[in-house]
Amino acid sequence: MLGFIIQRAIQAVAVMAVMSVIVFVGVYAIGNPVDIVIPPDATQAMREEAIRRLGLDLPLWEQYGIFAWNLLHGDFGRSFVYNVPVLELIGGRLPATLELVLISILFAAVTGVALGVYAGVKPDSWLSKAIMGLSILGFSVPSFWVGLILILTFAVSLGWLPAGGRGDTVTVFGIPWSFLTLDGLSHIVLPAINLALFKLAMMIRLARAGTREVMLSDTVKFARAAGIPEGVILRRHVLKLISIPLITVFGLELGSTLAFAVVTETIFSWPGVGKLIIDSIGVLDRPVMVAYLVLIAFLFVMINFTVDLVFALIDPRIRSGRQGA
Amino acid sequence: MTPETSKPVLEVENLQTEFATPNGALRAVDGVSFSLSPGEIIGLVGESGSGKSVTGFSLLGLVDAPGRIAGGSVKLDGTELVGMSPQDLRKRRGKEIAMIFQDPIATLNPLLTIGQQMEMALAAHEKLSRKAAAEKSAEALARVGIPSARERLTSYPHEFSGGMRQRAAIAIALLHRPAVVVADEPTTALDVSIQAQIIHEMKALARDYGVAMIWISHDLAVVSALASRILVMYAGRLVEEGPSAQVLRDPRHPYTRGLIDSLPSATAPGQMLTQIPGSMPALGALPPGCAFAPRCSFATDACGARPEMVQFGARGWRCLHPLGLEQKERAAS
Repeated sequence: MLGFIIQRAIQAVAVMAVMSVIVFVGVYAIGNPVDIVIPPDATQAMREEAIRRLGLDLPLWEQYGIFAWNLLHGDFGRSFVYNVPVLELIGGRLPATLELVLISILFAAVTGVALGVYAGVKPDSWLSKAIMGLSILGFSVPSFWVGLILILTFAVSLGWLPAGGRGDTVTVFGIPWSFLTLDGLSHIVLPAINLALFKLAMMIRLARAGTREVMLSDTVKFARAAGIPEGVILRRHVLKLISIPLITVFGLELGSTLAFAVVTETIFSWPGVGKLIIDSIGVLDRPVMVAYLVLIAFLFVMINFTVDLVFALIDPRIRSGRQGA
Repeated sequence: MTPETSKPVLEVENLQTEFATPNGALRAVDGVSFSLSPGEIIGLVGESGSGKSVTGFSLLGLVDAPGRIAGGSVKLDGTELVGMSPQDLRKRRGKEIAMIFQDPIATLNPLLTIGQQMEMALAAHEKLSRKAAAEKSAEALARVGIPSARERLTSYPHEFSGGMRQRAAIAIALLHRPAVVVADEPTTALDVSIQAQIIHEMKALARDYGVAMIWISHDLAVVSALASRILVMYAGRLVEEGPSAQVLRDPRHPYTRGLIDSLPSATAPGQMLTQIPGSMPALGALPPGCAFAPRCSFATDACGARPEMVQFGARGWRCLHPLGLEQKERAAS
């Protein structure tokens, strides 16, 4: 197991190194960002002064070298636009995205697996058909449209829930959180549902397909032949046997939602990182873009690593395979 | 007490199992009747698709939808199982009637230890402390010939060999010492040497515990080594039954004859293996009369009517032109 962890850690470092190069070169290729940091009426001398100050006159490899060196010292650079350290900028926005995404993904996973398993166990009941109908809807209706309809219905017409913003926050460990206050929670509900709908649909489909397959397997037949009650079979056999694909998708979705919750964040004016990165791309705020993408890559690496560890915890064949290797 | 004189532990009467399809119900098991005495081993033989496995599942009430038991009776120790509530049936499964499957890789859950799976099977019918359950499980594993059973409880199925996996599955099925065990081709997936061991041990277990067994197999050779009686099934119906030795030596039904002739051991070395011509008809396209008639070299126009089971002493056959008898009659006339 330890060998497995070390091996994966080395892989992670390699992936991060390659990612940082790709990101840096990619963003470099987009264009010269100097025009956004100087006033429109700046003289040529001021322009050149800014270029030198930002290090934009250096060759690409040298710029990357400085960037990588600083990165290793925990310095992601300063935003061209806000003129504050990038880490501070992203750090201020990340908790908002984190709480929104975690709440919506957990909701989608728990509800989706429960509904999907039910639909898999009783495929012919009307409730299962309703669940599957819902999942098709979740797949096919565009997310921004659902967001608008949610606002129109619950915020505008019914007036039950607020239409945007984070609401009241409580500071824990120096970070503001919305979900700990009633007002904050009421602000989270709509964007969380909006964000969860697609993932919910996917979890339902995956859980149903897995359950259908496992319910017809010899493992379940043998358990039934031994007189084991259906509830125990579902809990101890079926849930475990369908968990591997569910966890894979859960991890992938967690990563991509954290990185790209931007549509929902925009519609509900949720002050998360999604909005920040879109704004940064708009004005070519290079340090923010690079730092954000590197952080996201890091996030994916960590999530995948965790998913692999969970696999090994669940499946003894993976564990012993690693030991043998 | 010989099996023949004791009260049967399982009585099956006119069992019918159907599968609903868009084109109407297909009858996979059509009027199967037999009885089983305590400690007796009978073999249920037929090609794949003959309905022998469905018969086995029907006995435990484990036919998956869209299948259902359409009629007939299954009496276990005098209690009717057909139509029993799922809860009551569940309480009997594993305790009074158990089942072993073909492929132990598929039946055991790869993600749980052998001990956990045995504990689940124990907990289904009795409340035991963790320690007592482990004790009992180790005992059951030792009984089926797994060495250092105690340590093996924490092993996962993939750490067992194929033969050991099947032994573990057999141990689970025998945990509560059921009166009847349905064994659905339990040695088909195993090496021949292991096959012989398991057959030998199953025979001993059945004898020691008085467990009656229905051994389902397509392999006449295996069944003849085990069973005192053989039931031959074709297209959902029993076509022949009788004591193993008699049926094998002197079959009445041409289909049984065909099965015996296609045994590799029945063919001299270097000769082509014998086959039964044609293949089993689909359940939706059964001929109105004898289902075997299209493949039978003895069939006449009379076979267009459905033959009934003819009982004669310990033997029975569902054929208008039983082998051995008709020829004698002809010779006599």
